[in-house]
Amino acid sequence: MNIHEFLVTPSETARRDGPHSKIVMSSRVRLARNLKGVAFPGWAKKAERIRALEIIRPAVEQLPALKGAFSESMDNLTALDKQILVERHLISREHAAKNAGSGLVLNREESLCVMINEEDHLRMQALRPGLQIKQAWAAIDQIDSALEKKVEYAFDASLGYLTACPTNLGTGIRVSAMLHLPGLVLSEQINQIISAVNKLGLAVRGLYGEGTEALGNVFQVSNQMTLGEAEPDIVERLNKVLAQVIEHEENARGSLLEKKPKTVLNQIGRAYGILANSHSITSKETMNLLSFMRLGVDLGLFPDVERGLVDELFVITQPAHLQKQFSEKLGADERDLLRADMLRDRLRNVSRPLGAPPGHETGAKVDKPVEE
Amino acid sequence: MLCCVCKEKEATVHLTQIAGDKMQKVDLCEECAKQKGVNDPAGFSLADLLLGLGASQEMESASGVEVKCPACGFTQADFKKAGRLGCSQCYQTFAEGLEQLLKSMHKGTRHKGKVPAALRESQDLAERLKSLQKKLEKAVNEENFEQAAQCRDEIKVTKEKLAGISAS
Repeated sequence: MNIHEFLVTPSETARRDGPHSKIVMSSRVRLARNLKGVAFPGWAKKAERIRALEIIRPAVEQLPALKGAFSESMDNLTALDKQILVERHLISREHAAKNAGSGLVLNREESLCVMINEEDHLRMQALRPGLQIKQAWAAIDQIDSALEKKVEYAFDASLGYLTACPTNLGTGIRVSAMLHLPGLVLSEQINQIISAVNKLGLAVRGLYGEGTEALGNVFQVSNQMTLGEAEPDIVERLNKVLAQVIEHEENARGSLLEKKPKTVLNQIGRAYGILANSHSITSKETMNLLSFMRLGVDLGLFPDVERGLVDELFVITQPAHLQKQFSEKLGADERDLLRADMLRDRLRNVSRPLGAPPGHETGAKVDKPVEE
Repeated sequence: MLCCVCKEKEATVHLTQIAGDKMQKVDLCEECAKQKGVNDPAGFSLADLLLGLGASQEMESASGVEVKCPACGFTQADFKKAGRLGCSQCYQTFAEGLEQLLKSMHKGTRHKGKVPAALRESQDLAERLKSLQKKLEKAVNEENFEQAAQCRDEIKVTKEKLAGISAS
């Protein structure tokens, strides 16, 4: 079976719901592990990497939780396949660049994904919709405990799990949540929030992780420190911070509607106008506009649209997903035309947004400037 | 105050990170701050920045001679270039230089949290063995031979269990 037959359709994954999914798009916990006595993937010679892959892959495939999983060596995936996996947030951009000697094992539900020979021999992650980092930790902890019986990890009593990069040393854990924060961006509070979160020792990154832009008002918040703090404490700390960010985003949305309703409605109305009517649109513009449409859905301005449709469009309008639907190789300009065609088609039955959120009256008043 | 990256220009950007009871400070000039992406709210992480700084400073000051990992042949220069280590042995090889780096990067320098079950078991047994040996010594000193005999038996069982684990 190839990866395209295996993957669940974006329409189905986008409709998976979790707690706080209005603001928290997904939760993820990943663990970094290495084999004892084998050089880390970045330094190991090809033969040694292949040997590590041959030890790890069958061990992972045999785990009951990964029964019926998709398992493949990275050199058997095309560049397009890999890019699709990146756009689905199943593998990192770094892993997409790997070839022979690296591998991938992905379960049926797409809730467990193991990257073999990325930066470490093992990068295993559990994914959940909405805010469920505790559940994700429990799931990956179980996988890890089962796997440690089959392969011997590089572990040191005082330094913990040994990783290629010292930033992952100790627990090797990265707990993260992907947040949609249009309210904080529109109210210009986002930089304040980011620096506050940074000060607490947590990282804030863009849509595709390290060094990427925050497209579509989507931000990833994750722990940075991995040594000297136990996993449940890290999970708990992140949960507390996330609860605060969620609260700030909710407040920001509330006060925007209160104080600057026209600014918000204008953004949402224009986003709909362009998405539903354009004939050429880049993937970046699409994501930024879909973000406002998502906000419109959350505010009740599109009574006949579910959030799942917007989240599906987030995925299928991205370059590799778009390319996959057409047999001939597309240039960026052609993709922009086809993306616009697809959006017009998918939004043709969506009525334009209401003039005001249900229960709100806005009238013809101009927004008052807000005092700082 | 001079910028801690280029060590040439005056530092105008001051960053602070607090985690628990630990505070980390970095001072940068405007140019280096821009280069490190400090102004880009989405792409910045203090740990990455510290890693860059630490890799060039701490590792160098550790010792004058070039250290090479006996297990994988990795050198300090390789670490400076890649920011990653060669193998798990490297943590021992470069322990001295890494200590400061780990201190600046993490909450502590000792692992807390999950331990592979097999190791946890042998750690527990080793601790039990220690306390039994103390108990035996005390019993012998007090000429409590009945308890001493009991301790000796328990020590024997614990040692066998330990041997069983390390053999498997």
